[in-house]
Amino acid sequence: MSDYVLNVNGAKLKVSALADETLLSVLRNRLDLTGTKYGCGEGECGACTVLMDGAAVHACQTLVADAVGKQITTIEGLEQNGKLTAVQQAFLDVGAFQCAYCTSGMIMRATVLLHELPNPTEAQIRTRMNGNICRCGTYPRIVQAVQQASHSMAKGGAR
Amino acid sequence: MSTLLSDPIDLALPETSNAPRCFALDRRTFFKVFGGGLLVCLTDANVLAQEAGGGFGGRQPVPTAVSAWLQIAADGKISVFTGKVEIGQNIRTSLAQLVAEELMVPFDAITMVMGDTDLVPYDAGTFGSQSTPQMGPRLRNMAATARQALLQMAAKQWSVDAASLTIADGKVTNPASKQSLTYGQLTRGEKIVTTVSSTAPLTPANVWKVAGKPIPKANGREFVTGKHKYPSDIALPGMMFGKVLRATGFNATLVSVDTSAAEKLPGVKLVRDGDFIGVVAPDAYTAEQAIAAIQAKWTIPSQPSNQNIFDYLKNTPESGRGGARPNASVQPAAAATAQSADSQAIELAQSYTVQYIAHAPLEPRAAVAQWDSTGKLTVWTGTQRPFGVKDELVAAFHLDPTKVRVLQPDMGSGYGGKHTGETAIEAARLAKAAGQPVRLVWTREEEFTWAYFRPAGLMELKASVQHDGTLISWEHHNYNSGNAGLETSYNVSHPVTAYHASRSPLRQASYRALASTANHFARESFMDELAHAVAMDPLAFRRKNLTEPRLLAVLNAAAEKFGWATSRSTPTRGFGLACGMEKGGHVATCAEVAIDPATKSVKIVRVVSAWESGAVVNPDGLQNQNMGAIIQGIGGALFEAIHFADGRILNPHFESYRLPRFSDTPQVDIVLVDRKDIPSAGAGETGLVGLAPAVGNAIFAATGARVRNMPMAPDAPIPGITSSPFTT
Repeated sequence: MSDYVLNVNGAKLKVSALADETLLSVLRNRLDLTGTKYGCGEGECGACTVLMDGAAVHACQTLVADAVGKQITTIEGLEQNGKLTAVQQAFLDVGAFQCAYCTSGMIMRATVLLHELPNPTEAQIRTRMNGNICRCGTYPRIVQAVQQASHSMAKGGAR
Repeated sequence: MSTLLSDPIDLALPETSNAPRCFALDRRTFFKVFGGGLLVCLTDANVLAQEAGGGFGGRQPVPTAVSAWLQIAADGKISVFTGKVEIGQNIRTSLAQLVAEELMVPFDAITMVMGDTDLVPYDAGTFGSQSTPQMGPRLRNMAATARQALLQMAAKQWSVDAASLTIADGKVTNPASKQSLTYGQLTRGEKIVTTVSSTAPLTPANVWKVAGKPIPKANGREFVTGKHKYPSDIALPGMMFGKVLRATGFNATLVSVDTSAAEKLPGVKLVRDGDFIGVVAPDAYTAEQAIAAIQAKWTIPSQPSNQNIFDYLKNTPESGRGGARPNASVQPAAAATAQSADSQAIELAQSYTVQYIAHAPLEPRAAVAQWDSTGKLTVWTGTQRPFGVKDELVAAFHLDPTKVRVLQPDMGSGYGGKHTGETAIEAARLAKAAGQPVRLVWTREEEFTWAYFRPAGLMELKASVQHDGTLISWEHHNYNSGNAGLETSYNVSHPVTAYHASRSPLRQASYRALASTANHFARESFMDELAHAVAMDPLAFRRKNLTEPRLLAVLNAAAEKFGWATSRSTPTRGFGLACGMEKGGHVATCAEVAIDPATKSVKIVRVVSAWESGAVVNPDGLQNQNMGAIIQGIGGALFEAIHFADGRILNPHFESYRLPRFSDTPQVDIVLVDRKDIPSAGAGETGLVGLAPAVGNAIFAATGARVRNMPMAPDAPIPGITSSPFTT
């Protein structure tokens, strides 16, 4: 067991973990940041997507040691002072979920997508989001939510 | 560091339990727990007459045979208690709409308390599209009774005739005096129990103001902020993390086991009871390491595989269900078109198959179990049957039913796949042995292997049709997959349909739409074959043999929106349709597929699905459910299949078991037919059944090749199945 300091959602958090433990396990089981979900543990479903220095990573494929010194953002870190990000707001407004278990990962992935491609085509959205599974089959609404977030950000809205 | 022996457990669970079905709260407890206010209990009239004397407005005891209840608290907050659960189908929202409508309050005034066996009355579970048609009217009736009670309370307070009062927006008003009282003001300080004894007048759907509207998912903000706690997210003080050792195959026997390495890991406790071996550890990662460190040897008997599954299912009746097979007259080996003796009719026989598939809910099974100092067991778990899981726990641990509480937080879906309590039992077993609360979350591989599957099935059909397209005989046999959707809606005299139960080598149970998917795939593909045999347009052929007006209505609505009349298939573009009805839901689905003649790759590019299930309670939720059904259906139609051999699942990962993704998603248009004159039916399932046959029929229309096995274009060949020429 080793001690680590992780920078999660702007806070420095001390945590004891095993060297080969995944970031997902540390977030969920040691820090009780359960908004990041376990879906497969193999990087195949995207439910555990978080941001590390602005890039989307699978927390289940990231060792905690490799997250040290990085800015980690989870779904819990997006809302600021009660205000949702444009992506969160769009998912809420469109109703882009059913059971919503995939929603955290979808929102994190879409957040990076819109940072890199502020005005994506539908084809680009589908390609960039393809690693995230929604078993309930809400894909068309998720595409719509990403488009809506793109429009609202273009209008100078939220981050 | 220590080995704990758990108490012996009966793992052979009884089919039914004798657990009392009575409501646990008495009047005193109720008001102690919830404070004062108006309590409306829903019970059936007979029970009520015996228990409470009928009528309402009195200070009655809480009846024990309650099926739901509603409380208007002193602060005006309205809580509705039901055993139904929210699993992504949006029933939390739509039931609240129905209550708000009858109580004449805004949607936000209602809080639904669901799936907590200590707080809600007994409910068999959330399945079979029953929540809307059964719980919906019950809650409406209860809310309408509450409305009447509130009117009477106000009338009494003002000494006026209740008929002279109006009620709207959460308050009762006396138009004569301009006085108003909110529900909270009316019920403040009172401790009133009202039971629903008669059918109160319900608000007709054509004047609904809250119901029938596209209200967003209740608590939606909790889900986009990650705050909602799913079953696998529950954490308790002092909680340990559990894992269970799995056999390397089904029906395995443990030969030897060495747990010494696992027991050396820090903080690990081993739990052993016969072949049940589990660990608990202070953290999840150590628990994983510990279970992986156990060296176990198993023997696994020889078992069926995909290779011989359909012969096996056809020739292996389920014991105790009638013994030998009835002789089916269908002979698929002679599957060619044959002229009958009088040359007035064409006879056709064909067989179709569906493979075992997995529900693969994105949240795998999970449970958190806690035993308190009085011996009471509380389990938070993802299940569609909280009371069923409670029964399983009562039986497994020989507990008094009052000593078990099951709570179901809104979960990461189920699709019919979370009816059972194995994870709850495992977590409770580990927690009991450890003397601390335990969280147990199955891995994806465990979910793929040790849950249960959508049954595989063999369907054999035979029919004859006149040259003018009139069906004159019909026979449809289903082996193993089930009888849902087996009956034909087409007009034919004396149709023969039969479901033949088989002994399945894999654990199988319900899956969204049950066997309706398999039976519609067979029937609607066969109808297409019959249409081509008499050279008729598939839509015209169906219309000729169909008079059921609701099914015809969705068929026509889908065809019109799709532009069926002007759709002409080519070798690279195919158009197909299918329709069906089940559980009060009526669906017609049209599909357009693009085919690459060189690679034989199939892509579904457009789907139109028309749906009617009576009065629409929430068009937004209904649209979402139907959209999801179509997209989920793509997996089973084209590529989902469990590969298995000798008691092992060979593809228990998303890498090898492919689910529909963004890249598989066509343009989908859902046409909702709102029949405000017909009671609302459930809509979570039947929307699935038209997709596969519509796609298969579209593939045939483009290529002339008929695929009679689902999935129709798998990534890898499935042993025992003639390789599909198509890929995706």
